Amino acid sequence: MLCDHCGENEAVIHLTQIENNQMSTFHLCESCAAAKGLEPAANVGNLPLTEFLAQMGKGMLPEVSVDAGGCAYCGMRLEEFKQSGRLGCPHCYVTFESQLKTLLRRLHGSTQHVGKVYLPPDPSEASRQERLAGLRRKLEKAVASEDFERAAQIRDQIRSMEAAR
Amino acid sequence: MLDFLTLPDFGLGWLDASGPYADIVLSTRVRLARNLQGHRFGSRMQDSEREQIFERVQQATEKSSMLKSGVRLDMASLTPLSRQILLERHLISRELSGDGRDGPPRGAGLILGIHESVGVMVNEEDHLRLQSLFSGLRLAEAYRAVDRLDEELGSELPYAYHHDFGYLTTCPTNVGTGLRASVLIHLPGLVLTKEIGRVLQGINQVGLTFRGLYGEGSEVVGNFFQISNQTTLGKSEDDLIEHLERIVQQVIQHELQARGVLMRDAPAVIEDKIWRAYGLLRYARSLSFEEVMNLLSGLRMGASMKLIPGLSVYTLNKIMIYAQAAHLEQAAGRPLSEAESDLHRASYVRRILATEGDVAPEGDE
Repeated sequence: MLCDHCGENEAVIHLTQIENNQMSTFHLCESCAAAKGLEPAANVGNLPLTEFLAQMGKGMLPEVSVDAGGCAYCGMRLEEFKQSGRLGCPHCYVTFESQLKTLLRRLHGSTQHVGKVYLPPDPSEASRQERLAGLRRKLEKAVASEDFERAAQIRDQIRSMEAAR
Repeated sequence: MLDFLTLPDFGLGWLDASGPYADIVLSTRVRLARNLQGHRFGSRMQDSEREQIFERVQQATEKSSMLKSGVRLDMASLTPLSRQILLERHLISRELSGDGRDGPPRGAGLILGIHESVGVMVNEEDHLRLQSLFSGLRLAEAYRAVDRLDEELGSELPYAYHHDFGYLTTCPTNVGTGLRASVLIHLPGLVLTKEIGRVLQGINQVGLTFRGLYGEGSEVVGNFFQISNQTTLGKSEDDLIEHLERIVQQVIQHELQARGVLMRDAPAVIEDKIWRAYGLLRYARSLSFEEVMNLLSGLRMGASMKLIPGLSVYTLNKIMIYAQAAHLEQAAGRPLSEAESDLHRASYVRRILATEGDVAPEGDE
């Protein structure tokens, strides 16, 4: 079977999605799936992260020169992270971004947050707009799935943000 | 300050068996992992930084409508027994209780709403672990409650957040939404019919995971399983909650089917098992906690299937909590050896079944 997306390579990933009780299946080749961030989550099961990291072997988290200095903020080195499975500070996500993306794709099947958009205590206009867009997406979804209690809660959040302007 | 731990039902609102499917689903928990911008994560912090974070979080909770009248507990100032009691009530994690180590981490605390089913663990693996705990299967409600608290605290505290990765957490397994929703579910029918392996395997295949009674790394006791989402990134909070809800509903249907099969094929065996469990709990003189949990599993199934009239799920829930070692020591007012603990446990169970569950099988006497 050929990839639904490029129509050239053999499809190796078969993704079944259920949305609003409609089931649809996509057949994708490895590179198209990876481009869509759809690499299937590995069966992590109940393994602690450190064992998972060890099992993935050396190819998983490539030794990149960035490790030479570690994280500029907290000094965490990639080698330490591999042993403990714990990062040192928020900045580590920037320092080790490329390695983490590979790991996150394996762990979560995705590298992109699509949940709640955070609004910091002193928000910039850009983060307000991003947050409002996120809330409107959630509101549409709540209405579509007839979760009116949830919809009312989101509507109130939108109103209070618009009122605060 | 009033010692809230002496209040017999402190933090135990989730025990009252008021929620949907409370005979099968003991509790629903939703937690959100959050960290503060400009600080190192837990494992790399100095004690002074940890205490600073506890202080900041306390100040933020004083402005929160859900937590301002709540209880603030500094783990370091509690006795080991009090911490153990909080652990046995599922209000704090093993890590926060300092169990099996020199003591709790510095600056570790719990802030718990008195009239709300929400709270925050401070300086656990992440700076904040917001959580809500409800009776029965109430995932949407539990998420709404913790989301509301998150809005309140997030407008006071600058969270570590990244446009692509979402809420940043110490461990990449929690990044994104930081959300872990879990239900504590009782599945004796699936265990007895040996279907449980297949069901748990199915759970793993749909992106969920299962654990034992006390969460990560704990044993399965009394046929209780904690089912929760495995992934936290790439799906919205509402989608994660809905997915878990749908799967748990299916697991409940499988469990009910398994019980139906047992009652169709071996009703005498099942009834005998349940009444033997009742007899042992009602009259035994020494009981280990594990034995109580295994016998309670039979009773819970019996109560759920209306095979034991007059025995409430609430009574069974209470025994699960109050028959634990720290609760027995608290009631005795002194440390108990393991053998003494078993005697006290049996005595407690006899007493509560005599007052709240003195039932007689039909056609008896």
